[in-house]
Amino acid sequence: MEKKKLVIGVIGADVHAVGIQILYHAFTDAGFDVTNLGVMVSQEEYIAAAIETKADAIVVSSLYGQGELDCRGMREKCDEAGLKGILLYCGGNIVIGKQEFSDVEKRFKSMGFDRAFPPGTAPETTIAALKEDLGVQD
Amino acid sequence: MGAVLLIDFGSTYTKVTAVDVENERLLGTAAAYTTIQTDINDGLANALALLEQTTGPLAFSARYACSSAAGGLRMAVSGLVPELTAEAAKQASLGAGAKIAKIYSYDLTEDDAEEIDQLQPDIFLLVGGTDGGNTATILNNAKMLATCKRDFPVVIAGNRSAARQCQRYLEGRETYLCENVMPRFGQLNIEPAQSQIRALFLRRIIQAKGLSKATELISGILMPTPSAMMRAMQLLAEGCEGESGIGDLMALDVGGATTDVYSIAEGMPQDATTVYKGLPEPYIKRTVEGDIGMRYSIHGIVEAAGLSRVAQLAGLEPAQFQQMTDHLASHTDEIPQSEDWERLDFALASMACETAARRHAGTTEEAYTMAGKVFVQTGKDLRQVRQLVVTGGSLIHTKRTGEIAAHAFFSPADPMSLRPIKARVLVDRRYILAAMGLLAEHHPQAALRIMKKELIPDGYSK
Repeated sequence: MEKKKLVIGVIGADVHAVGIQILYHAFTDAGFDVTNLGVMVSQEEYIAAAIETKADAIVVSSLYGQGELDCRGMREKCDEAGLKGILLYCGGNIVIGKQEFSDVEKRFKSMGFDRAFPPGTAPETTIAALKEDLGVQD
Repeated sequence: MGAVLLIDFGSTYTKVTAVDVENERLLGTAAAYTTIQTDINDGLANALALLEQTTGPLAFSARYACSSAAGGLRMAVSGLVPELTAEAAKQASLGAGAKIAKIYSYDLTEDDAEEIDQLQPDIFLLVGGTDGGNTATILNNAKMLATCKRDFPVVIAGNRSAARQCQRYLEGRETYLCENVMPRFGQLNIEPAQSQIRALFLRRIIQAKGLSKATELISGILMPTPSAMMRAMQLLAEGCEGESGIGDLMALDVGGATTDVYSIAEGMPQDATTVYKGLPEPYIKRTVEGDIGMRYSIHGIVEAAGLSRVAQLAGLEPAQFQQMTDHLASHTDEIPQSEDWERLDFALASMACETAARRHAGTTEEAYTMAGKVFVQTGKDLRQVRQLVVTGGSLIHTKRTGEIAAHAFFSPADPMSLRPIKARVLVDRRYILAAMGLLAEHHPQAALRIMKKELIPDGYSK
C-alpha cells in the first residue's frame, strides 16, 4: 500500500528545532512519507506543501505558547485552497499557562482541528492516532 | 591548429569573435547590423569582412554559434503552487536560456489555453506536483494544452505518476518526458528539463527561425545566447582542469530591452541564527528583468527607481529628464553624444544595475521570537560574493563603469537586500563573454585564460 503522506512543521515565530526533527524520524520510522517544513512555518507554507505533495494530514507543532493564535483560521484556509477534509493535528505547548487540557482540546476542535495533543505527548500516541484516522493497518 | 570563430546571432547585430586557441588569445571581434528581413548569412558575411579588415585573412578550423535572433527562445510554463513547482519551472526555463512569456499556476482554464495560442511559445514546460503528490492539476493542464491550436512541443517534467497520462492527453503533439523539476518538496531538480529544452532549441527552434541556412557553415553548438553567457560565468567561477577559477561571482548584463543577472554561488544561510524560507535557489541562477533596459525598456527603469531619484543622479531637471527618456524610447539606436546624454545614460545604467541586482538577490528579515532575535532569509545571500562581472553597451562604453556597477552592491540604506558587500568589478570591455561560453564547450582552458586576461578590473565598492 502507498505510504500516507504527512506535512509537519513548527508554526509561527517559533524556533524550537529539535522536537520537529524527532517527530520527523519517529513518523518516518512508523512508515509515513513525511515532508518536514522545519521551524517558523506559516499556515500558507503548510498548505502549499500539502497541495503539491497531496498530503493526507498536516501535523502542526507549537512549543512557545502562541499556538492558538497561530492556528486560527487554518481549517478555513485549507478549505479555500481545495484541501477539504484534510486531517489537521496540533500538539506541543499549544497554549500559555496552566489550563485544563480538555478545554484547550475543545477550542482546537471548534477551530476545525481533528485532534490536539497536550504537552509531553509521546510520538507513539500521535502515530497511533494517525494510523487510526488514516486507516493504516499494521 | 587554425583560428576558431565564435558567432552570436543577435536580433539586431551579428557578433563575431576570432580566437587563437593554441596561444590563448583573442584575434579580434566585429559586429554587423542585421535585420529579421535580411538573410542571416548576410549579417555573418558582413561581420566577417569587418573582422578581417583588422586581423587580415583568417582560416578557421571551427565555427561555433549561439543565437538570440528572432526573439530568442520563448517559453510558457505551468506549475501548481506559484512559490513551489511554478517557481521551479521558471528557474528551469531561465536556466536553459529562455525568455518566459508567461507563468501559469494551478488549473489552466479555457481562456488560458486561448492566451497560450496567442503567446506563441516555442516550447511549453508542463509541471506540477511532487513525485507521488498532486496529479489532478497537471492532468487538467495537459488536457487544456491539448485544445491549443498552435503546434508547440511540450516538455513534461512534473509528478512522475501523471507523466504518461499527460503524454496520452497530448497525443499528436511533440512531447518529451523528463524527471520532475521538484521530485520532493523543496528539492529542485531542474537540470534534466533544462537539457531537454536546450536539445529542443537545437533541433527545432533553429530550423523554425531560419537559422538552418547558417548551420551548414557552422561546426556546432548552437545554443541560446544566455546559455553561452551562463556557461562562461560558471567556468570563470569554478575553473577547469589546469586553470583555477576566480570563485563565487555575480554578473550583470544590461541590454537595451532587458537586464540579465547571473549568480554562481550557493548563497545559503551563513550562521545558525538564520532560518531559510521558501524554495532553495539554484547554485547557478539566472534572472531576466523584462522591464529594465537602456532603450526599449527605459521607462521601466524610471518607474522602478522613481523619476526624481534617477533625474537627480543624472543632474537633470525632472521635466528635461522625462523629455530625454521619451526621445530615447523611440530612438532606440541612439548612443550618447554630449555630456547631458552621457549623464542620463549613467543614471539609467546605475538604476538598472541596482534594480536588477536587488530583484536577483535574496532578502532577510528580522524576527523576534521567545528565543531572541532571528533572521529569516529568502533567496540567495550574495553578501560574501567578491566578484562582479559586468557587460552590456552602457557599461562597457563608458569610463564610469565602476561607479555604475557599484549600484549593484549592498547598500546600508537597504540592508535587507543581500547583495555583495565588497566586490571587485570586472568589465567585459571587448564583449566576449558569450563567445567564451561557446569556446568553453571544446576548449575550456583557453576560454578561461582569455577571460582572465580580457576582463579588466574597474572600481571597488567603498
